[in-house]
Amino acid sequence: MRHTISILVENEFGVLTRIAGLFSGRGFNIESLSVAPTLDPTLSRMTIVTSGDDRIIEQVNKQLNKLIDTIKVIDFTGEDFIEREMALIKVTAEETTRAEILRICDIFRGKIVDVTPKCYTVEVTGSPVKVNAILDLLRPMGIKELVRSGPVVLGRGPKGWKGN
Amino acid sequence: MKLTGSKILLESLLLEGVETIFGYPGGTVINIYDDLMDSSIKHILTRHEQAAVHAADGYARATGKVGVALATSGPGATNTITGIATAYMDSIPMVVITGQVPTGLIGNDAFQEADLIGITRPITKHNYLVKDVKDLARIIKQAFYIARTGRPGPVVIDLPKDVQMAITEFEYPEKVELRGYKPTFGGNVRMIEKAVKMMLAAKKPVLYVGGGATLTDAHAELMALAETLQMPVTTTLMGMASFPKRHPLSLGMLGMHGTYYANMAVTNSDVLIALGARFDDRVTGKISTFAPHAKIIHVDVDPTSIKKNVRVDLPIVGDLRDVLKKMNKKLAEHKDEVVQENEAIKPWLKEIAAWRKDHPMSYKHSKTEIKPQFVIEKLRELSNDDAIVTTEVGQHQMWTAQFFDFTQPRTFLSSGGLGTMGYGLPAALGAQAAFPERQVIDVSGDGSFQMNSQELATLVQYRLPVKIVILNNNFLGMVRQWQQLFFDKRYSQTCMELPIDFTKLAEAYGATGLRATKPEEVEAVIKKAFETPGPVIMEFKVSREENVMPMVPAGAGLNEMVLAS
Repeated sequence: MRHTISILVENEFGVLTRIAGLFSGRGFNIESLSVAPTLDPTLSRMTIVTSGDDRIIEQVNKQLNKLIDTIKVIDFTGEDFIEREMALIKVTAEETTRAEILRICDIFRGKIVDVTPKCYTVEVTGSPVKVNAILDLLRPMGIKELVRSGPVVLGRGPKGWKGN
Repeated sequence: MKLTGSKILLESLLLEGVETIFGYPGGTVINIYDDLMDSSIKHILTRHEQAAVHAADGYARATGKVGVALATSGPGATNTITGIATAYMDSIPMVVITGQVPTGLIGNDAFQEADLIGITRPITKHNYLVKDVKDLARIIKQAFYIARTGRPGPVVIDLPKDVQMAITEFEYPEKVELRGYKPTFGGNVRMIEKAVKMMLAAKKPVLYVGGGATLTDAHAELMALAETLQMPVTTTLMGMASFPKRHPLSLGMLGMHGTYYANMAVTNSDVLIALGARFDDRVTGKISTFAPHAKIIHVDVDPTSIKKNVRVDLPIVGDLRDVLKKMNKKLAEHKDEVVQENEAIKPWLKEIAAWRKDHPMSYKHSKTEIKPQFVIEKLRELSNDDAIVTTEVGQHQMWTAQFFDFTQPRTFLSSGGLGTMGYGLPAALGAQAAFPERQVIDVSGDGSFQMNSQELATLVQYRLPVKIVILNNNFLGMVRQWQQLFFDKRYSQTCMELPIDFTKLAEAYGATGLRATKPEEVEAVIKKAFETPGPVIMEFKVSREENVMPMVPAGAGLNEMVLAS
């Protein structure tokens, strides 16, 4: 089963390698990983999407907590949370397809951020499911290049992690 | 007070109570070694960095204190790896300090540069590259705290040469502040109460004790619990000396080369109480047939150990000694139930006694050949009760575990998790450095001994009178045993072919060498060795194709023991 986990870590040299090394060393999957500093510049927040049965996920959570540089781990599975991912999609834009690309882009509340005579670059934000959906629609026009950020998540409601 | 980084290091070690360190000098630690000449810290120069780390490990296991090793950058640092991984697998508190090239050269493929932080990340509890001398005192404080608390383990401090030379105000922090590290000490009271109820209701309980009992010095509390509830006790290799084997409730070791009765007891138990043990595959055999009828209570300080390999019905996270104290206290409130429980498990103890009678730990005696098991039995008979025994890895290690009756905690030092050949001699060196007056014995095979035999020089130089037993069968015996049993006796690369005269080797280093080739010589050789001052090698030419039995074949269940080969 797919799990989205947020990790609050010390914003220090080598922490990303510690986390990545833990996953590879113990044979856990990483589907995506995104990381950036928080409001408190001494901390970073990571979002990792992983998968595995209950036993594996329990180990993932415990092993992450065990790292000295890890301050907090939240597994959002089963919680109410907002999940967003950004994608930049370079798509072939012929005379006949430009209008259709714009319409699709509109439906997904995307933006065209770069235009050349031969192609458009679309920026779209949403849940991974939504990003997949726009990719399905754009694929027939010819996707030349794609980059996805991997999802970031935040719990719904007023509750938050102190200090970040 | 303004000090250089290298002086700050040595001052901080003193403040941590460090008396002895083990190491090997080199270019990037030359400043530290220079300052060491004016320090009260005792330094023992090993002949290889791996041995320095094993010696620090042996020192830590024998004393319970944090062991400290020092090595230079590059090859010095990479030589420490096996030692660090050995300590990591067995949760041994240790701080390893390595030199590093100056910060300006890091990443430039400088002379004797290796990314030690990258290399040691998966085999340390934590590691530090010190980039600023201002951070050094804090990092040392944290390193010692992390190494000895929670589930102990090795911590590496990589110290660049320019940081050792830089000067700053020295103030050793009083407190450790680590927002990401809060080990659980107490143990949940409600879970402990539940565990006590389960134990009181058990009809066929077994205590399964691991290295956690040794690491937390919980032998007295363990004894109290076992005796109050009359529960049989089986230990892992790591828990070996924390419960005396001669005690009527002792079942000896469980697992692959454990006793038949320990493995039968575990298989038939209704409540299995795992204390500071981690259900290693050498212990459990096939997981699906491991303790199939038992409710499992698991006490461990490391939450990741719980439910990693087996299902657990009642997890308790906490320091083992503390949890056992609370259990014993709780039991004192249930005197009547304890009496009932003692009565209710009598049939169980009888059942176990019958297994013990049917298949005791034994071997075939011989009048013509020296049996390795016989040497171990004689060694026990002729050594002091508080003798510290280290082993290398292989058949001799298992025979020591099977036939040496350990009675006191911290007297058996062996590489359990990583299974490191070459561990025993330097570990004995470390233990002897900690206890110059006690008997320290390294039980070795001819294969393992040659992996760190250069440490004979260190023993002689520092007058460390370690007694070395070499069970010489001219084979890599454990692998040969597997080849005999599972590969049609195709002995690929396990015969050592060239016979070594180990007595002459001892003499070359200025130690004493003794040899026995017949059973009747064994006792005299051991006696002579204990009477001889300084390090002694006792070489025993043992029966060459003796096997470690009984045995659970890899992948089989504990109830499928092969009793004789």
